[in-house]
Amino acid sequence: MKRFRFSQQEIVFAVFALLFLVFSIFLNGFLTADNMLTLLQNVAVLGILGLAMAIVVIGRGIDISLIAALAVPPGLVLQMVQNGHSLPFSLLTAVLITIAFGLVNGWLIAYAEVPSLFATLATGLLLAGLGQAVLFQLDVVQWSSGMDGFERLGQGTILGIPTSIVMFAIACMVVAFLLRQTRWGAYIYAIGDNPYAARVTGIPSRPIIVLQYVIAALIGCFAGLVMAASVNSMPTRVFNSTLIYDVILVVVLGGIGLSGGRGGVLNVIIGTLLIGTMLNGMTIMDISYAGQNLIKGVVLLLAVITDSFLNPRNEETAQQGDI
Amino acid sequence: MKIFGNSTRVPLAALALTALTGPALAQQGLDEPFQKPFKEALAGKTVAYVPVAMNFDLTEGWYAGLKKELEPYGVKFVIRDANWNTNAGAQAVTSLISEKPAVMVVHNPDVQTYAKLLQRAENEGIYVIQINMGSAYRSSAFVGANWVEIGERQTEGVVKACEGKSNKIAIIQGALSAAASAYTLKGVENVLAKHPEIKVVSSQAADWDAAKAKAITQTVLKQNPDLCGIVGFWDGMDIGTAAAVKEAGLTGKVFLATSGGGERKGACELVKSGAFDLNLSYDVPTQATQMAGTIKWLLSSGAKPGSIKGSEYTTLIPITKENADSQTACWNLSDLKK
Repeated sequence: MKRFRFSQQEIVFAVFALLFLVFSIFLNGFLTADNMLTLLQNVAVLGILGLAMAIVVIGRGIDISLIAALAVPPGLVLQMVQNGHSLPFSLLTAVLITIAFGLVNGWLIAYAEVPSLFATLATGLLLAGLGQAVLFQLDVVQWSSGMDGFERLGQGTILGIPTSIVMFAIACMVVAFLLRQTRWGAYIYAIGDNPYAARVTGIPSRPIIVLQYVIAALIGCFAGLVMAASVNSMPTRVFNSTLIYDVILVVVLGGIGLSGGRGGVLNVIIGTLLIGTMLNGMTIMDISYAGQNLIKGVVLLLAVITDSFLNPRNEETAQQGDI
Repeated sequence: MKIFGNSTRVPLAALALTALTGPALAQQGLDEPFQKPFKEALAGKTVAYVPVAMNFDLTEGWYAGLKKELEPYGVKFVIRDANWNTNAGAQAVTSLISEKPAVMVVHNPDVQTYAKLLQRAENEGIYVIQINMGSAYRSSAFVGANWVEIGERQTEGVVKACEGKSNKIAIIQGALSAAASAYTLKGVENVLAKHPEIKVVSSQAADWDAAKAKAITQTVLKQNPDLCGIVGFWDGMDIGTAAAVKEAGLTGKVFLATSGGGERKGACELVKSGAFDLNLSYDVPTQATQMAGTIKWLLSSGAKPGSIKGSEYTTLIPITKENADSQTACWNLSDLKK
C-alpha cells in the first residue's frame, strides 16, 4: 500500500492558499479583482523568467546568464532606436544576438561539456560586460520617441487584463505546449531524468541541450522587452541585482527539482503565485524592507524544511547536482 | 608664517592689477607672477576617481566635466570603477593610498565604509574630495547635494499639491543602506512634522530599481486610488513610479516629486511628458565645475591635505513644466563628452 505523501508542489500550494486566505480575511483591499490583477502583474516578468529557467532545469542544467539575456538585447533595442535605427531592425538585431548567445551557452555545455553553472556564469558576465562597455552609453537606457507604440507590450490592458499578465499567459502556453506536446519536450524530460540512458536510446541529446539554452535566452529576451515596455526604460543594471536568485527560487519552490526531469509549467505558476502573494500582502501592510526580507526568508525556509521532512532524500534518489 | 605670506599676496595682486591697467606700461608686456606656479602645481598631477559605478548619468557627467576642466593643464586621470560593489570600492581606495595620487575624488556608497580610509589618505598627503554622497569623515572638500533639503523641498511640493485633496501620500525610498536615501527621508520627516494632516500610506524602499518602484506604486495606488502625491528618491528609479501612475490613469492627479542629476533624457523630457511634476536637479556639470575649481585651488594653494575643510552644497534647480523646455535647465551627456 502506498503511503500518502505530499510533494513539494502541494506543500507550496498549501502555503500559498493559507497565505492567500489569511490576507483575504485580515487585509482590507487584498481580495479585490483590481488587486489580484496588480499582484499578477507585479510578478509577470519573474514568472516569464521562471519558465525559461524551468526548461533548462528540467533538462538538468541551470542558466545563470538569464538576466544578461533579459537586460542586454532589449537594452540594445532601446539604445539602437535612440541612435536612430528603425524599431524592426533593432528588434531583429536583438533577436539574432539572443540566439547567438543561446548557441554559445548550449555549445559550451553540450559539446565542450563545461558544467552549466560555470558556463552560464561566465557567458552572463561576458554579455553584461559587453553591454556595459560597448553597447550602452548609460546604465539606464531611456525610452525614445521611435519606440512609441511598443510600450503596449508591457502597459495597458487586453480585454481588461493587464498586458504583462497576458504575456505571461502566452509564454506559459507556449512553454507548456513545447514541453508536453512536442517530441523535443519529451526529449528534454528524458535527458533531465537520465542523460546517459537518453543518449543510449538514440535521443540527439547534444542538439536538444543547445536548443534548451537558445529557447531560454529567447524567453529571457522576451521578458526583458516586456519589462522595458512596462517601466518605459531598460535598467541594464538589473544584471547586478539578486533577480536571478528569485528566478531560481520560483522554480525550485514551485517543485521543479534541480536534479532534472521533473516538474512543468504548473510548478512555475505556483511558485510565482506564492512570491507574488507575499510581496503584495507585505506592500499593502507597508512592512519595512528588512521585515519583508525576514518574512520571505522564514516562509521559504519553512517550505523547504517541511519538504525535507516529508520527502527525505535518500541515496537512491539523490543525484549529483542536487542542491 | 604662512598666513602672513597669503595676506601680503592680496595687495600685491591688486598692485599688479593697477600696474597692468596703468597707461605708463601699456606698451610693454608684464609677466603675471602667479600663473606659472599654478601651472606647475597642476602639471603631471594625478587625480583618482572612485565612483560607486560608472555608466550612469551622474558619474559619467562628473568624469567628463572634470576631464574637460583639468586635462588641458596636464592633469592625469585614473578611474577605479567600484561597479556597485562596496568591497571593490574599499579595495580601490586602499590601493590608491599607496599609489599616492595628488587628489582623490570619492563617491561614497554609504557613510561608514570609506570613512577611515579617507582619513588615512589625507594623512598620507592626498587631498580627498567627496562628491554627492559624503562619508562620516569630513575631508578637504565635499561637493554635492544637500539631501535633507531635497527631501524637504520635494515634500513641500507634494504637500502643496495635496491641499484640498485626500492628503494621502506615498514615499518611494532608495536603498536603505545609502546615506542619500536616509538623509532625504529625514528631510521628508522634517516637513511632515509640520503637516500633521498628511497621512503617509506607504513608505517603502525600492532599491533604486524602477521595476520594484513600479510594483510598489501599483499596489499602493490600487489600495489608495485617491492618493494625491508621491515623494520619489531618484528619477532613474521613479521612471517606474511614473509608469505605474500613468497606467492607473492618474497622471496629473498624483503629484510626483523626484530628484536627479538633470540629464535631459532622464529629467527634462520626463517632466515635459508629464511623468514627473517636479524634478529637483543637482546639475551635474555645475558640480563637476565646482570640483575642478576646488582641485585647482587645493593644488595651487600648497595647503597640507586635511588641514582645511569645507563644503560646497549644490544649488538645486527645480525642473517643472515651466522650465523643462529651456536649454539651460538640463544638460546632455553627449555635449559634456565632446
